[in-house]
Amino acid sequence: MPTVGVKRDLLFQALGRTYTDEEFDELCFEFGLELDEITSEKEIISKEQGNKKAEGASDVVLYKIDVPANRYDLLCLEGLVRGLQVFKERIKAPVYKRLMPNGEIQKLIITEETAKIRPYAVAAVLRNVKFTKDRYDSFIELQEKLHQNICRKRALVAIGTHDLDTLSGPFTYTAKRPSDIKFKPLSKTKEYTACELMNIYKTDNHLKHYLHIIENKPLYPVIYDSNGVVLSMPPIINGNHSKITVNTRNIFIECTGTDFTKAKIVLDIIVTMFSEYCENQFTVEAAEVVFPNGKSYTFPELAYRKEMVRADLINKKVGIRESPENLAKLLTRMCLKSEVIGDGNQIEIEIPPTRADIIHACDIVEDAAIAYGYNNIQMTLPKTYTIANQFPLNKLTELLRHDMAAAGFTEALTFALCSQEDIADKLGLDISATKAVHISNPKTAEFQVARTTLLPGLLKTIAANRKMPLPLKLFEISDIVVKDATRDVGARNYRHLCAVYYNKNPGFEIIHGLLDRIMQLLGVPPGEKKGGYVIRASEGPVLRPGQFP
Amino acid sequence: MADGPLAEALLRRLEAADGGLDSAELAAELGVEHQAVVGAVKSLQALGEIIEAELRSTRRWELTAEGEEIAREGSHEARVFRSVPPEGLAQSELVRLPSGKVGFSKAMSNKWIRVDKSAADGPRVFRVVDSVEDEVQRRLQLVRGGQAEKLAEKERSELRKRKLLTEVTLKTYWVSKGSAFSTSVSKQEAELSPEMISSGSWRDRPFKAYNFLARGVLPDSGHLHPLLKVRTQFRQIFLEMGFTEMPTDNFIESSFWNFDALFQPQQHPARDQHDTFFLQDPAEALQLPMDYVHRVKRTHSQGGYGSQGYKYTWKLDEARKNLLRTHTTAASARALYRLARKKPFTPVKYFSIDRVFRNETLDATHLAEFHQIEGVVADHGLTLGHLMGVLREFFTKLGITQLRFKPAYNPYTEPSMEVFSYHQGLKKWVEVGNSGLFRPEMLLPMGLPENVSVIAWGLSLERPTMIKYGINNIRELVGHKVNLQMVYDSPLCRLDAEAGPLQTQEAA
Repeated sequence: MPTVGVKRDLLFQALGRTYTDEEFDELCFEFGLELDEITSEKEIISKEQGNKKAEGASDVVLYKIDVPANRYDLLCLEGLVRGLQVFKERIKAPVYKRLMPNGEIQKLIITEETAKIRPYAVAAVLRNVKFTKDRYDSFIELQEKLHQNICRKRALVAIGTHDLDTLSGPFTYTAKRPSDIKFKPLSKTKEYTACELMNIYKTDNHLKHYLHIIENKPLYPVIYDSNGVVLSMPPIINGNHSKITVNTRNIFIECTGTDFTKAKIVLDIIVTMFSEYCENQFTVEAAEVVFPNGKSYTFPELAYRKEMVRADLINKKVGIRESPENLAKLLTRMCLKSEVIGDGNQIEIEIPPTRADIIHACDIVEDAAIAYGYNNIQMTLPKTYTIANQFPLNKLTELLRHDMAAAGFTEALTFALCSQEDIADKLGLDISATKAVHISNPKTAEFQVARTTLLPGLLKTIAANRKMPLPLKLFEISDIVVKDATRDVGARNYRHLCAVYYNKNPGFEIIHGLLDRIMQLLGVPPGEKKGGYVIRASEGPVLRPGQFP
Repeated sequence: MADGPLAEALLRRLEAADGGLDSAELAAELGVEHQAVVGAVKSLQALGEIIEAELRSTRRWELTAEGEEIAREGSHEARVFRSVPPEGLAQSELVRLPSGKVGFSKAMSNKWIRVDKSAADGPRVFRVVDSVEDEVQRRLQLVRGGQAEKLAEKERSELRKRKLLTEVTLKTYWVSKGSAFSTSVSKQEAELSPEMISSGSWRDRPFKAYNFLARGVLPDSGHLHPLLKVRTQFRQIFLEMGFTEMPTDNFIESSFWNFDALFQPQQHPARDQHDTFFLQDPAEALQLPMDYVHRVKRTHSQGGYGSQGYKYTWKLDEARKNLLRTHTTAASARALYRLARKKPFTPVKYFSIDRVFRNETLDATHLAEFHQIEGVVADHGLTLGHLMGVLREFFTKLGITQLRFKPAYNPYTEPSMEVFSYHQGLKKWVEVGNSGLFRPEMLLPMGLPENVSVIAWGLSLERPTMIKYGINNIRELVGHKVNLQMVYDSPLCRLDAEAGPLQTQEAA
């Protein structure tokens, strides 16, 4: 869940009132947010780097607010305030408009070289923006939040924002050999080739995480203006030339990526959030993107979609009885402008471009329920009549573990994952003989394989409890995993029972007696006859030769 | 009848004594072990107010075994000196003597002897002085004679450092007459015996009172693991509520069942290498229900069933990737798919409790594997109100009555709600579970009827267990580093009979 940090006083100023921490926490809860932490920059630095470093840092109160992972429209102060104000019916949801420019439209031309790396690009222009320091910071922070979440750390989409007044279109989005790309990147004082930059950024704590996206490609994506100025080398870094500042008035926004849908959503979110600061509020200037096949599209899409949902469906899914009019009102409070139409039971809902999370009627139902208040819903019990059954394997396990304890053995609970060494080398086996499933991405050796036997876990339990009085009598009934080509996934679990007796004298008769007891409990008679059991010596590397089955 | 001859002797001496007597002195007078006298004192004490005994401790210097030897034979250095004849002795021969090694260096540092290294047959030791005073022996003899106080503190501590002296604490009793003093006490019986019953002699015998302050002897027994005791209770609760247990005995799952079937898009962060254990071998699922797979693919990439879909290129290769299941909801999806194939539809209530795996950063409350508890109800016309009603009943059985619900986001449920309970100890609301109605994009491709809703909720088994048993570090509970004493000592798990697992103790 993404966390958004906002200055409390700035938030209250925008909300037009103040709250106590408890009141604001309550409001968040109701709306599906979580006031995660109340802190300050000073407190954060002091926690991470010690009191010394924190000296002089700002002690302005910050609210850290957890936002649901699909609500990209709430990832900045502007969006949070808009959402809450509409929810509290203090304002109406703004209508976002795309305008054609008076002069020539800004063009971004995609060349076919991008196809194999990052084939998609979208763009838009924000005109006559008025930034302040806080607004500018929020604009940068929103891009970072989008990069970390919907953009999947820039792999799916990367955002570049530029001072349009420093550039001259049309722009070209192409891909070139790294050695052929040379420009002055953000916050550097001289020009570097792309190869040099990739080396420099290897030690950059922020940028090093994005290098892998293009590192091994023969061509790197790059955007130029008509004078050959580099706007950006997505998804790594923008050029310094078109850098935006607090004083920037006209912003050119480009999003490039591998996921067209998400690129369009990201662009919509940025322009809907920050067109608030345009002279002509909530309007966005269109830009044209020409694809390699010659087709051209206009962005941002800013699409409003109409959905039709019957009022009784909402009532039936939530378990309430609200009139269609009331339901429409509830939905409108969630930025989903709604009205009753047709036979009086039909609600027409307008999905704004900010709400890409609404993809099905069930999403609309949820918003109605949130606006109604989850905790106002009457709790009822379903009349579903069923007869309960236990899973037979678990039923037997439950019965057996109680009798194992009654036989004086103590239950252990060990890990299903372990190292190769645990199930092979330490037991004198070759790993290939174990038929174990192997994990491809373990962070440590403890998670290399799923166990093929319960024995190592029990032995490790004994080793960790050597201070306990003897004897130790342990058992575990749990699952092990082995490869099995007859199963759909190529592996299966087996339920095993393992018991260990640990004392200064070997006490084979004790573990033997336990086995006899288990067979007695399972109704298996001793003897060679069919359905009976016998113990035979076998050779295995784990136990002394000839000593156990 | 007196309780043994020693106790009898003690009582007689006490009768004659003026005020009282010391147990150690008595032992010396009677020529018995002090411990035997202590035994007699204790047995008389147990009879009531016959005697009074006051514990006294005296500190005394005693010789160690080595100290005794030196007091008798002289110090090692003196013995070395004496064994060196005027004409000298080969050093190699000297160190072979019993006191040789220790005594040699000490005698050297005392400058009693010297070594001539130029001797023809190896180094030779000669006397330096004619005679020596064996100060060590003299001091030890003083201590042996009970005159340790004549030595200076420094001298004593030097001897102690050489491990020749030790200071011992002697515990003795000062015995005096009790309020019910008598020289003729009768012995109390400790246990009732079959002979006493058959002869009837028990009627005339006094019996020793039981000591209720002492701990009894714990029976030898096996023990169930606390986490699994809690699991048993959760199973019980589900069974009481009429829920049928789903099979979950497959830790290995395909990405398809773990994610795609749940309408979790292929670029979802949970599908990252950082969060999920993928398999190298077997790397891919061998079979998938292809008809159903196509419906899932279409729903993700193009939408359908009233959905816009996610509008991305859905890849079969991605769905085939095997992994360690990250939630038991994968098993629920399989169960619901089997249910959808059975016609006509019959309502069900399902539950499961089993292990799930996450490739996460580990800390005091997070392990790479944990147990997930999951409940599912599928029926016509289920509502959010029904979900809340079922949750209320479920949590009431856990002893949790104060609930509230927060809107939340899960990829496969909509509406979704997090369940919070008021924690008396922390004085705040804490999250106790997650829940929702499964999305139509998950249910309809399975083939479930359109008006069937499925409500579901989940929680971890570890968290309520840690809170219930007051465990702060999950490694003490789960895995081989478990504290077996904790397992031995853990009480029954009675979730509803207490204030509730989340209310009884401070949260971990």
